[in-house]
Order: sequence, then structure tokens, then C-alpha cells
Amino acid sequence: MAGKTLYDKLWDAHLVETRDDGTALLYIDRHIIHEVTSPQAFEGLRLANRKPWRVDSNIATPDHNVPTDFNERKGGISTIVDETSRIQVQTLDDNCDEFGIREFKINDIGQGIVHVIGPELGVTLPGATVVCGDSHTATHGAFGCLAHGIGTSEVEHVLATQCLVTAKMKNMLVKVDGDLGPGVTAKDVILAIIGKIGTSGGAGYAIEFGGSTLGQLSMEGRMTICNMAIEAGARVGLVGVDDKTIEYIRGARFAPTGETWDKAAAYWQTLQSDDDAKFDAVVELNAADIEPHVSWGTSPDMVVPISGFVPRPEDQADATRQKGYQRALDYMGLKGGIPVTDIMIDKVFIGSCTNSRIEDLRAAAAIAKGRKVAGTIKKVYVVPGSHLVKIQAEKEGLDKIFIEAGMDWREPGCSMCLAMNSDILGRGEHCASTSNRNFEGRQGPGGRTHLMSPAMAAAAAIAGHIVDVRELA
Amino acid sequence: MKAFVSHKGMVGPMDLANVDTDMIIPKQFLKSIKRSGFGPYLFDEMRYLDEGWYGKDCSTRPLNPDFALNQARYQGISILLARDNFGCGSSREHAPWALDDYGIRAIIAPSFADIFYNNCFKNGMLPIILDKAIVDRLFTEVAATEGYTLNIDLQAQTIVTPSGETIAFDIDAFRKQCLLEGLDEIGLTLKVADKIHQFEKQHMLAQPWMFGAIK
Repeated sequence: MAGKTLYDKLWDAHLVETRDDGTALLYIDRHIIHEVTSPQAFEGLRLANRKPWRVDSNIATPDHNVPTDFNERKGGISTIVDETSRIQVQTLDDNCDEFGIREFKINDIGQGIVHVIGPELGVTLPGATVVCGDSHTATHGAFGCLAHGIGTSEVEHVLATQCLVTAKMKNMLVKVDGDLGPGVTAKDVILAIIGKIGTSGGAGYAIEFGGSTLGQLSMEGRMTICNMAIEAGARVGLVGVDDKTIEYIRGARFAPTGETWDKAAAYWQTLQSDDDAKFDAVVELNAADIEPHVSWGTSPDMVVPISGFVPRPEDQADATRQKGYQRALDYMGLKGGIPVTDIMIDKVFIGSCTNSRIEDLRAAAAIAKGRKVAGTIKKVYVVPGSHLVKIQAEKEGLDKIFIEAGMDWREPGCSMCLAMNSDILGRGEHCASTSNRNFEGRQGPGGRTHLMSPAMAAAAAIAGHIVDVRELA
Repeated sequence: MKAFVSHKGMVGPMDLANVDTDMIIPKQFLKSIKRSGFGPYLFDEMRYLDEGWYGKDCSTRPLNPDFALNQARYQGISILLARDNFGCGSSREHAPWALDDYGIRAIIAPSFADIFYNNCFKNGMLPIILDKAIVDRLFTEVAATEGYTLNIDLQAQTIVTPSGETIAFDIDAFRKQCLLEGLDEIGLTLKVADKIHQFEKQHMLAQPWMFGAIK
């Protein structure tokens, strides 16, 4: 019999029951809640007179819709300008108070983007099932977790039953081997993967990222990669546990201690796919072939290496694709055939659940240090992923580097990744962004997003256009 | 949950691949803590020429004449015909809420994004996957015939076209049952609460660190 994949093992360890029709009831260890996708779920609980099944599996924080401007943030909820937003953040507080759920409120030290605080607080533990009403929950898979996004009805279902009704996914292995070149990061790896398999290439699969390159990456890098599994269509992304995984968790606020830690760590060490595990699909990439990548269009698979050109629709094979490319070019205000380095940038966003951790800020600061933002750039938002990241960055003096370079150092939150708050692009503005989605209107109506790594975004801020970071390093 | 047994309705085309949830309902509408009232803002950025926000009166907003669903012939549609990977992107259930509020009861596409597909069922909406070739043909037929309607029978898993042609579709048995009966999934799961408790006990022995830590 073939061995098991990591996904198989996690699935088996949480299976409450399998039904005749192939669906299953899966037990959930960790449920992370934020202000945008939870109010209707709590309302559902109230209407049905139900209570959370197990409060100590839940943790909440507002992130999507909180202001990141110091002045708008300093008074907590009371200084949020937009009334609808204020009500939404207040509603999370009210619901958590009512149902007894542990929440890090807007200006608490534990507050931050859900996918940043989960691991840093030790809420996310290897081997856990982790869900959240947010598609980037796959991020937690970097810790050998079975983690994925759910809708609001499922948020309510998990609250009420501690379980999800679900069906098993297929297994895909994306194997990256070899050494990454200088200036090439985890973000470039995942953009290259999405470029290769497309935005629906992973649909129906749990993707395990493996190979020697993944082993070399830091936990921050692995999180960046798992984070964007959904951009390849896969709800789940995961990486096997190694010493780095366990060291990242050690000493975290909610992590086990003493004897329990030893027992947990010994179990976590077993969380890898067996050598003879069978995957339904395997994709291989050579790290040495991966250049810094940027997106040119309005879908995360519309990416090219930095030495590349904006593609021409007429060169595409099928009609739907030609049409999609033309629409993307029209929206982006670009012509096919130009080098991507010719694309001028108006604003820069360094942040999001993809790239707002300390390593990301260090990488951006290394480029910004001693340099100035180009005069044509209207604004550079540097938004740490959490209060803990912000404090660490300030300890290292990164905030001063950004400020001296002419960048804006802000309060933690999702910010311009989805632009629910006032961090937003104007119509027609091009943004060098470390976030995960370049959809039409994602960063503001008519806004034009170019996805890239933190170092590449910082370099674009300095140059005023998309540029190969290796020329600045 | 609302039941879905059968539905006869007019079809409208959304002729674009990878329609993401930001297109279906842009983020500014996610500030609402309600689950209704999103219909007027469905496809907001493509549908209107100005910028919308939650609570804005849409009756006087300038419509984008190039957006197919704005055409007079597609007013009153309840079945959406779409392309590959419909609903990709975020997990926001506001997307099916907006479609539902607009009046859409079923969506036909060659493929759907996983989370969106799942979210449809939770709202009594039927997403139907058909072969690309059949979807292509339906697009042609919809364009050629004003008032093009389809008759969907979930029990029989069939769609009948105006010419009387019957197209079969697949659907997972559990989801079909839930839709047909409009079942409350939480209530169903709570029927096996004993099993969950039993599992939980074993799990607590195997992985005690997963319990009691978050305070």
C-alpha cells in the first residue's frame, strides 16, 4: 500500500465520520474570526438560539476594515471616520463579548492580520485543522496544518458544531528544487508557480509545496507561498514540518510549554508526507530558473519574469484567452509587447497577509536604506502585519529607514490589499504591491495592481517604475 | 435554508472567464453587517459608470451600456450563464448573497472556484457544471434568442432548452439532498453531536495541547 501524504494524515486525524455519499465531518481545532465575514454568522447563532461548541478553539481580531493611519487609529474604534466601518468593528467586539470569544481588539498588542497573528501567537500549531472566513487561510498550511478559507455559513457551522461538512480533496505536489538566485524570493516562487499552472490549476487539490528550495526557505517565506495557493485555485497549501517550523512556534503566547511541548514537538516531527506517498498530480520547478516576477494583468497568473514583456493578445492560442488578455490590457492601460520595466508606478503598497512579516519588512528596508522614493511616486504605504511585527521592526530601526526614504509607516491591518478602508488607489493609478490579488478594482475602482515581492516593490518605489531589484542591490 | 427543487427562468450571459468575487461584489459593500440588500450592487464596477457604496441609491446611477446584463432583453433573468473558474478569489459569501438578492437562482459554467461553489449551496442557489462545448453552445443560443429560458429539474438532474433538448448534469448527492429539502446543515450535524463528543475525547488525549490554551 502506498504511503500517506501529509494532507491524508491531517485528514485522517480529524475525521469524525464519513458518510455514504462521500462527504465527511471534519473536526476543527482552530477557528480565526475577523470583522467582515463573521457578523452574519453570529446573527445566525442568535436567531437559532445556539452557542459556540468550544470557545477555546476560537480567536478573533479586526483586520480587514481597520484604519492604518495613526490619527484615525489612535482612539481605537471611536476615531474610525466611516460610520459603517465603525459599526462593523464594534460588532465584532460585541459578538466576542457576548459569546465569550478571546479577541485582540483594534489596538491590543496581539492585533494584526489574522494570518500573521495566528502563527506568531501560537494559535496556529502544526497538525491542526485551521479555518477562517478568509480565502488566504491556506497561509497556516506552512506549519503543517490543514488550513483553508470558508464562507460565512461555514463560520456559523464551525462555531456551532466544531466541525465542517466537507469532501476530501485530491493531492498535488509542487516540488521546487535548487538554490534561488540573489534577489529572488518566496513571492517570486509562488508567482512563477501560478504563472505555470494557472488560476484554476489547483482547483480541487490540496497543494503540498516541497523540494529542497522549500526546506531552505524561512517560515515567513513558506507562509508567503502557502498564502497564494488559493490564487492557483487550491483552497489548501501546505508544507511538511521541520525544525524551522517548530522553532517558529517555540515560546509563542498560546504554544504549549514544558512536558506538553516536548510531547507536541515529537508528534509534529512526524508531520510530513511519506516517501512513498502517491500524489494525483506533480508539478516541478527548478529554483535556478526563477527570476523576480511581476504581474502585468488582472489575474494572478498574468505574470512575467522581470526580463520579460507584456504579452500580446494576438499571440494567445484560444479565443477566450485572447479576449481575457485584451480586456486585461485595456483595464491596465498597457500595450502588448513592451518590456515590463517600462511600466511607471504611482503608488506602492508593502504589506498584506502575503508579505507583511518581519522578514518582508527587512527585505524592503534593505533596498530603501539610504535611498529616496522617486519624485513621481505619490505615496508608499508600509503596513506591518501586526503590532508585534511593528514593534520588532521599530526595535530594528526599520521604521526610520522607511520614513527617511519618504515612505509612510503605518498601523497594522489588511490595508490596501483589499482597500476596504481609506488606503486606496485612484482611478488609473499603477501600484507596485506585495499583496496577492491584481483583480480589477481590487485596490480601488479603476486601480491597477502589479504583484511583486517586498524588495521589488521597494525598488519600484525608488526607481519610479517596475525595475529589476538586482540592479539596485 | 431555501430549498431548490426545480426552476424555470430566463438566462443572462456573463461572457468572461475568471470572474472573481471582487467583480461580483466589490469590497466596499463588505462593510455591511447584513446579508441582504446587495443585489443592486451586483457586478457594481462593470454595471455602473460611477462609483458605488453600500446604501447608495442605484435607481439614478448611470448604467454602463456595454455591460450585457444592462440590456433590456436581460432584465428579469434568474439563471446566469458564465465561463471558466467563475467566483474565483475571496471566500466572501457576499458574492452568492448579491447574486441571490439580484434574483439569480442557478449559475451554469464549465467550472467554478471551490469556495464560491460551496457557498452557493449554503444559500439555496444551484451552480451547474457543464462541458465547455455545451456552455459555448448555450452562449450562442442565448445571444440568438431573446427571452431564452431554461427549465432546470434538480431531482432529475436535467436542464431542458427551449427546443426541448435535455442536458444532464452531475451533482454531489449530499448537496442535492440539502438543496431539495432546504435542510439546515447545522441542525443535521448536531444530530450526530454524540459522535463529535466522542471524537473530541480521543482527540484531547492524542493532542492535549489543542485544548484550553486560548484564554
